[in-house]
Amino acid sequence: MSILVNKDTKVIVQGFTGKEGTFHAEQCLAYGTKIVGGVTPNKGGQTHLGQPVFNTVSDAVKTTGATVSMIFVPPAFVGDAVMEAAEAGIELAVIITEGAPVKDMQMAKAHATKHGMKTLGPNCPGIITAEECKIGIMPGMIFKKGNVGLISKSGTLTYEGANQVCNEGYGITTAIGIGGDPIIGLSYNQILPMFEADPETEAIVMIGEIGGDLEIQAAKLIKEQITKPVVAFIAGQTAPKGKTMGHAGAIVSGSAGTAKEKMEALEAAGVTVVVSPADIGKAIAKVLGKK
Amino acid sequence: MNIHEYQAKQVFAKYGVPVPKGIMVESVDAAVEAAKELGGPIWVVKAQIHAGGRGLGGGVKLAKTLDEVRELADEILGMTLVTHQTTAEGKLVQKLYIEDGADIKDEFYLSVVLDRKLEMPLIMASTEGGMNIEDVAENTPEKIITVPVDPAIGFQAFHGRQLAFGLGITDKAEQKNIITFAQKLFKLYMENDAEMIEINPLVRTGSGEFIALDGKMGFDNSALGRQPEIAAMRDLTEEDADEVEAAKYGLSYVALDGEIGCMVNGAGLAMGTMDTINYMGGTPANFLDVGGSANAETVAKGFEIILKNPKVKAIFVNIFGGIVRCDRIANGIIEATKITDVNVPVIVRLDGTNAPEAAEILKNANISNLIVGSDLGDGAAKAVAAAKQA
Repeated sequence: MSILVNKDTKVIVQGFTGKEGTFHAEQCLAYGTKIVGGVTPNKGGQTHLGQPVFNTVSDAVKTTGATVSMIFVPPAFVGDAVMEAAEAGIELAVIITEGAPVKDMQMAKAHATKHGMKTLGPNCPGIITAEECKIGIMPGMIFKKGNVGLISKSGTLTYEGANQVCNEGYGITTAIGIGGDPIIGLSYNQILPMFEADPETEAIVMIGEIGGDLEIQAAKLIKEQITKPVVAFIAGQTAPKGKTMGHAGAIVSGSAGTAKEKMEALEAAGVTVVVSPADIGKAIAKVLGKK
Repeated sequence: MNIHEYQAKQVFAKYGVPVPKGIMVESVDAAVEAAKELGGPIWVVKAQIHAGGRGLGGGVKLAKTLDEVRELADEILGMTLVTHQTTAEGKLVQKLYIEDGADIKDEFYLSVVLDRKLEMPLIMASTEGGMNIEDVAENTPEKIITVPVDPAIGFQAFHGRQLAFGLGITDKAEQKNIITFAQKLFKLYMENDAEMIEINPLVRTGSGEFIALDGKMGFDNSALGRQPEIAAMRDLTEEDADEVEAAKYGLSYVALDGEIGCMVNGAGLAMGTMDTINYMGGTPANFLDVGGSANAETVAKGFEIILKNPKVKAIFVNIFGGIVRCDRIANGIIEATKITDVNVPVIVRLDGTNAPEAAEILKNANISNLIVGSDLGDGAAKAVAAAKQA
């Protein structure tokens, strides 16, 4: 078992024939992901990486039966691409592109919600169900199959966390990067209950950062609904106030959104909070028992 | 990206949001000329820097004669203004805004910001104008009213009524004035991809008009490409020179106070690296995200920017190579040490794709001040130890 995606998930790529789209679609195909086609306007009818290219998402969905779209279009076109996917009946849009205008994401997310489409990102590494399906830009080989679910705002901390979990002898069910933008799709509070319900997932790693209050909301949900052990790290304990730390959403405004308040809320909810990301693997070993 | 008050007021005026008449100047003589042109009888001389709290810091003063304008312009221009929003060193005042004095009956607060929880813009208003809004939120939260506006429907009449009644405005003509004001402000917020607009104070005049006495605007950096007029308002002298230089090379840099320079790929891991150094008893000198495609040139530039800071006693390079292979990054680091003279110990931790090959390359390079860390914890510990020995 896993959550959201598995070996049978049919995926299309929006921005299929571009440089990034091509490179990463190729890597996903090599991992075993069922990429069944892609969309690039005016290239419909061509074949790319052995798969059909369509002019519209609607055409692609009708012909291939795809349920997930991986989006690589340039930032200015992300909003449009997400709304097109939503209307075409895509169930989950994984938005990799970094730098989409916030206004566009407000509109696009509201439209996706209206059409019942889930979104991940933007500005995220994507989602991977270990040894089955990789939809994103993460290095597939570090994700060994196992019993730990992982949710992270940061790409490289996703890799860091997963790598440590695997080095301790455990593995990953599904790992999900939710992105570090001010407005994102699925977040902790939608994903944590999925891991709770997944029989294979035995523990959860949750990686957050300064800015916003998603981690505080997650602490509340964990206390009420999550019985599986959760290990958390919050990045940015040493970040100065009022400065954007790389991710557009990673900013401490006034006294809100600090790492300290998030860590305290999570600890109060029974989460094992590590001060350094170097201790994520060890903490998982501790909560699951040494292998 | 932030802009100056005088620029924000230009944007306001373009949309018909009432502002006092004013002229931006860069010299004392020009300040007096501007005052003459505005006509008086009173003027406000305002320092233009990208920070709030200018009034309390002595950067906003009232003049009643042209001589006073000259005196105040001379005093404020060239001063280093320290406010609660600047660093301790303060900011040099290079521009002044000479403005007509306004007829102030009372002062309000009005802002438009993105509400991350509601995922839509939020209009915030208060009768406590002229105060630090964070203090108002802390001490008298009931005095702040909030009106979220769904961009799919835009600013409707009911939003305006919520605002007017919330502020206790009972006169019908005044209600109409404040509603029109907010409507125009919301329109310009959306059309210019603003991140926030803050007007503090928004004043009600004796005749029941509402005027933006101050104006602060910030914009979504991701949208500047389609906002050329706004992008042209950027004032690089208001930004940290090293951050601007780093950004040219696709590096995201923020200076801190410590001794250990950090070069990391990914914003989350970069913060996590700083946190780990701190946890192990060291102090990070900076945040530096080299992005997804670390190569010899970007790494060399990173070394150069980090080493500009004389406090740096060691550098910790922490790269988790995903799609980018570690062996290529290792070669990049070796190349970079040839381009830039690195005179402090460099601790390198490379993990991920082809990490063993990378370790071999670094070992064989025989660079005397290069230390290999086996994982994040080990690398951070070695960096802390190296900085302490230096």
